[in-house]
Amino acid sequence: MTMTSPAPASAAPAATERHARRSARRRRWMRKHPPLILGAVLLVLVAGLSLAAPWIATHDPQALDPLARLAPPSAAHPFGTDALGRDLFSRVMWGGRASLVVGLTVAVLATSAGVLLGLAAGFVRRADGLVMRLMDGLMAIPDILLAIALMAVTRASLTTVIVAITVPQVPRVVRLVRSLALSLREQQYVEAARALGTRLPVILWRHVLPNMVTPLVVQATFIAATAMLTEALLSFLGVGLPPQIPSWGTMMADGRNFVAVAFHAVLFPGLFLAATVLSVNLVGDGLRDALDPRLSRQL
Amino acid sequence: MRHLLNRVAATLPVMAVVAVLVFLLIHLSPGDPAALIAGDTASADDIARLHAALGLDRPLWSQFLLWAGRLAQGDLGTSIFTHVPVSRLLAQRVEPTLSIALLTMTLAVAASIPLGVLAAHMAGRWVDRLVMLFAVLAFSVPVFLVGYLLIYGFAITLGWLPVQGYVPLSKGVGPWLSHLILPCVNLSLVYTALLTRMTRATVLDVLHEDHIRTARAKGLGVVAVLGHALRCAAIPIVTTIGVGIAFLIGGVVVTETVFAIPGIGRLVIDSVQRHDYPVIQSVLLLSAGLYVLVNLLIDLSYRLFDPRIRA
Repeated sequence: MTMTSPAPASAAPAATERHARRSARRRRWMRKHPPLILGAVLLVLVAGLSLAAPWIATHDPQALDPLARLAPPSAAHPFGTDALGRDLFSRVMWGGRASLVVGLTVAVLATSAGVLLGLAAGFVRRADGLVMRLMDGLMAIPDILLAIALMAVTRASLTTVIVAITVPQVPRVVRLVRSLALSLREQQYVEAARALGTRLPVILWRHVLPNMVTPLVVQATFIAATAMLTEALLSFLGVGLPPQIPSWGTMMADGRNFVAVAFHAVLFPGLFLAATVLSVNLVGDGLRDALDPRLSRQL
Repeated sequence: MRHLLNRVAATLPVMAVVAVLVFLLIHLSPGDPAALIAGDTASADDIARLHAALGLDRPLWSQFLLWAGRLAQGDLGTSIFTHVPVSRLLAQRVEPTLSIALLTMTLAVAASIPLGVLAAHMAGRWVDRLVMLFAVLAFSVPVFLVGYLLIYGFAITLGWLPVQGYVPLSKGVGPWLSHLILPCVNLSLVYTALLTRMTRATVLDVLHEDHIRTARAKGLGVVAVLGHALRCAAIPIVTTIGVGIAFLIGGVVVTETVFAIPGIGRLVIDSVQRHDYPVIQSVLLLSAGLYVLVNLLIDLSYRLFDPRIRA
């Protein structure tokens, strides 16, 4: 048996027309959500710069130059130099990687852990009390203090920073997933699947999880933004990434003692961090409004 | 009364979980807690002595009971680094932290409720857009960067306010307040953004309801209508104030570092670097306790705003 070609010649104009209509609709949709577009463009720009750091950077980010310490911005050093004479432009370009890695990893880890625990709380009656009491306890400790305390008992590394930032974020996801699960559990298609004898993991995977994707993606975006800010905060307070990993937070921590004479050492990494977090927040706000307007009250 | 007791009883399991988590904290770390506390330069002998002194050779449950028992009597332990009781260390540091927290909260509430109501009233117009832009910016710019911008602008360049440090209230209200303005403005920005967004969203919701349309139809003025709406929106707003306490406590740690203020937040950071676990544990416990207490009070205050809420 031979397959007929999917687009016979006579159907071609209709197809292009359909395509044109669809792309017009897409353009209209994009015009309706300027924050989303602005955020996405900004984010792609920052991510692109960080990925291209080896080619953009004018200097080795770790190379010391004792003769050019705390130099103000100039042609040779567009962002100036830090207290050890390292070129800040190159360091800022490289420093984005740490923030982006932390943001992405924490968002994925916290969401995954939150989904597992939240589904357990929502569908397994015996787990509910235990999980939710644990989450209440975790939520009572302020995020930053909990992250600081976790860093206090471990040695500073990229992994420990990621874990310390992830743990305080998990309860938020658990609460969201549990409340979604409680309402989805009552839906007729879930009851029907259960009546047919479908096993719980299959029900969760096929009928429950797909209905949670939108709020979870929005939530994960906000977690990524919070995580990047927290990483910078921890590094700034001296309990974050080890100094040999250039991150915007560690750069600002280095510049802290020289604010009065070399404000640029704090300003440039700070501006890049703020722009990145802003872009992620805009994407989150935009996705929330675009995908599900009802969510805007809950998150 | 029954309602009150139920609410208070509901906080006990939360605090119990917090206590277990805080206790387990030092035991979570890979390796010997005594070695961690003693630091990199300690000899095996030092570590062994510390091991016995901290009771680490007992079984875990017995350590926990001992610790929790002392805690119940109000004994927070002794700082490993300074050998001073933790409660005394905290008492020395509590004034600046409390000053920052209370002033920040006052500023934030005073700014955010009018802003949020205004934004809701003007929804979709440029005033609203501007307020929302401020909110998303405040959430995105790191607190300490704004702090340094404030120091650079108002203290170094203009010379209007002191750069850093803290003056106790007993030395006069003027100097005390002048040292607090920048840190509190700095910290209140994030809190204001959070509260403004919540106020705007809830007031906007209420404005679409029937009783508001009736109020408008019978010719009530804008201010009176917004007043009605605000009262209906009070519960979510007050709840956000309570949840925001966690934000505030975390933010204080950062502001105290930026403005070199010797408060509890600074103490925590110093204690992390000194591996002074009793201090860290106490601060975690107390801040969780404060959070739970404030949210309990807010929970109980709901009936003030909504007479329908009974036991």
